[in-house]
Amino acid sequence: MDSGRLYLAVGMGGFRRYATYRAATAAGIFTNTVFGLILVYTYTALWDQRPHLGGYDLAQAVTYVWVGQSLFKTLANGGGGVEGELMERIRTGDIAVDLYRPADLQLWWLAADLGRASFELLARGVPPFVLGALMFDLALPTDATTWLAFLVAVVLAMLVSFGIRYLIALSAFWLLDGTGVAQMVMFVGWFCSGMILPLNVFPGLLGEVVRALPWSALLQAPADVLLGRADPLGTYAFQALWAVLLLAAGRLVQGMATQRVVVQGG
Amino acid sequence: MADLVRGPAGTNRVLDGLRTYRMISAMWIRSTMTYRASFAMTTLGNFTATAFDFVAILLMFSRVDALGGYSLPEIAFLYGLSSVAFGLADLGLGSMERLGRRVRDGTLDTLLVRPAPVLAQMAADQFGLRRLGRVTQGTMVLVYALATVDIDWTPLKLLLMPVMLLSGAGIFAAVFIAGAAFQFVAKDASEVQNAFTYGGTTLLQYPPTVFATDLVRGVTFVLPLSFVNWLPATYVLGRPIPLGLPQWVAFLSPLVAAGCCALAGLAWRAGLRSYQSTGS
Repeated sequence: MDSGRLYLAVGMGGFRRYATYRAATAAGIFTNTVFGLILVYTYTALWDQRPHLGGYDLAQAVTYVWVGQSLFKTLANGGGGVEGELMERIRTGDIAVDLYRPADLQLWWLAADLGRASFELLARGVPPFVLGALMFDLALPTDATTWLAFLVAVVLAMLVSFGIRYLIALSAFWLLDGTGVAQMVMFVGWFCSGMILPLNVFPGLLGEVVRALPWSALLQAPADVLLGRADPLGTYAFQALWAVLLLAAGRLVQGMATQRVVVQGG
Repeated sequence: MADLVRGPAGTNRVLDGLRTYRMISAMWIRSTMTYRASFAMTTLGNFTATAFDFVAILLMFSRVDALGGYSLPEIAFLYGLSSVAFGLADLGLGSMERLGRRVRDGTLDTLLVRPAPVLAQMAADQFGLRRLGRVTQGTMVLVYALATVDIDWTPLKLLLMPVMLLSGAGIFAAVFIAGAAFQFVAKDASEVQNAFTYGGTTLLQYPPTVFATDLVRGVTFVLPLSFVNWLPATYVLGRPIPLGLPQWVAFLSPLVAAGCCALAGLAWRAGLRSYQSTGS
């Protein structure tokens, strides 16, 4: 259909746009590799003391590190997706132009973000992972099915990630300068997605809480599918539930926000 | 504006730079304070962000008693020193990482035509008082460490504390300036800098015993981050100095910091001289 083509074009635009920054991509690969190295060494010290911590052996823990570094930009766990631009458009009022477009606001930005995420996965995700695999012993699946199952989990993670960041961006309608809120939520998300420490290592009740939050769909879920530690279908159900809830909330808030814009615009 | 920053005849460039820096940063502080709620949120955000990696260390210690042979108070000591030193450098020079963007969009030219040192203008640009959040968090961890860690205090060790923090800030400051100089060449590669700044401070928050010897050698002899805390702090803690180095290296931090800043200054001048405007 026509509208399908439109969003596909928007998505490809997002992909190409990020592909223009070659030096930035190279710099990002370098940075992710450095952080991966630091984490691998601290995890090794940790797993030396407690083998099978969180149910992982050392090779699995090290694999988890490189999955995390590969998905960091893709899922924008620490921010850096299209939401920054959206917030800026809300702040400056350019969003009014977007609202006149014969396209759905949420779908438009979702398409742009999926394009961005796909580029980051290919260009910034694969190289640190390959480097990590060359330097360390990783616990990688040998069958194509597990890799495919992992990719499905990554796509679902992209939807959850966008759902969270879209809500943050919309807060700018009320706060005007939403950078403070965005920053706070980003850091909570970075921590709760298991970027510093796998969520299955978190002790007791805290562990149970963080594993139930949407951020665990971002890194912990795909990593566990790749490591063969989680049943893919159950994982997908968890991720899809959060994706639907967050995207629906986004629509609701978007409706409230756009009505507000009309009132303000007189 | 030009009249305000032009110093009286005979003042040197350092004083000129400091005055410029003070004026521009004061302007940004006033501007930030216009949105007080947002300032409070971003400062708290800065505090929380940095606190999370210490929470991660606490979580690790809920499962183990030692990491790389170091206890929690000892790691908190390393963490606090690295965090405060980095936080001070970030507070003063964190805006330098925006240089690449200014080169790309051509706004660096505005700074070049003003009669004030570009380095000072660049460093003070968008001065972020919110970065005090990181310094505060680091200080709190350091205070916790000092209250719990078992150190055989001597006057020399006491003296080493402020020296470590200031030299550490100096070394990180050099990294910020050198990173900005690199951005004159690689215009959109500001993230490389993150590997050395944020990556560097993360590395130093863990004991040197955790890392491969080659990595420790690299951050001692190539990019001397070890002098921020690893070398002086292991001496204070009465731990073996990394790489089997002699004890006196613990006191070299100020010299290393001065050397790094001098080299970074040269790199900055070379970068600035090679700058060609995009013309947009």
